[in-house]
Amino acid sequence: MSNVSAKQFNTVPAGNPAVESPLHWSYQQQKSTPSANAGVVLREKALLGHVVLRGGAIVMDEAVRQVLGMSLPAKPNTVTRDEAGERSIQWISPDEWLVIVPGGEECDLERRLREALGDAHVSIVNVSGGQTVLTLAGENAREVLMKTVAFDVHPQAFPVGKGVTTVFAKATVVLRRASETEWELVVRRSFADYCYRWLLDASKEYGIDTQ
Amino acid sequence: MFYIHCPYCQEHREEEEFHPRGEAHLMRPTDPDNATDEEWGDYLFFRQNPRGIHHELWVHSVGCRKFFNITRNTVTYEILETYRMGEQPSITAETEKLRKEQGVQTADGGWQTIGAQPDSRALNEETSS
Repeated sequence: MSNVSAKQFNTVPAGNPAVESPLHWSYQQQKSTPSANAGVVLREKALLGHVVLRGGAIVMDEAVRQVLGMSLPAKPNTVTRDEAGERSIQWISPDEWLVIVPGGEECDLERRLREALGDAHVSIVNVSGGQTVLTLAGENAREVLMKTVAFDVHPQAFPVGKGVTTVFAKATVVLRRASETEWELVVRRSFADYCYRWLLDASKEYGIDTQ
Repeated sequence: MFYIHCPYCQEHREEEEFHPRGEAHLMRPTDPDNATDEEWGDYLFFRQNPRGIHHELWVHSVGCRKFFNITRNTVTYEILETYRMGEQPSITAETEKLRKEQGVQTADGGWQTIGAQPDSRALNEETSS
């Protein structure tokens, strides 16, 4: 069976209907007053395109270079980004990568990857509806992470460009360091409200600025 | 808590991210149709439970989600090595025995701790019947 013939479900239907991020309900419930000197700045990068790629690294690398113009991360637990920082590919396991692109690009990306991969034994899954990206910045962002994740977030152990899947307050999260000051958390839709409220609570002592 | 080196992620992670899945290197009967009940029973239910070196199957469930093997000392809880699926351990009960005979002090088998006092020897000695 060829990959090209695989049925694709477009998660962005025509007519531009209203869409809500997984945290829509949480924003309604948790009205927070922004503090003046917030030590933590929490934002959501809502409605991005998330695609999970699985398959052999060599075949996949070739297709991804062709379609996205980026190579797969060569080392475990790393993230590669394009110049604008809008598109990223993260190493999840030896045969699994998470691609995050601006919202609306994911279906086209999936189609082009399937064309480039032809009959190769791979799996491409659009998981855009299943997860969302939170960003954590501010001078106390690391302190909040230190009491939340088991992984060592010291700059020596967690340089910019690293990304790991780890335990986040008993849930799981994909944690990435986007820049010196900013952390990205890829959380599951079903855990989004829990993680959001956890972060609000954990950041209370430093003061938090949400959107 | 263990601090486990995942051979796929190639770094140490907290035990919280892992799940133990029992004894490693279990072989399914090669000819299932003609396997005896005893062979099936051994494969399905009976495990070694050794005192000392043990090879275990673990999964990095919150992480890369890959299965791998750990060689662990069940007395000291020391993790001696971790290795990928399909690979063979470099440390086994035999190699550890050899090290002991050659005078290398290891904390396995009969000893509770390294450097146990001689008067506690009787407590630590395995009863040979």
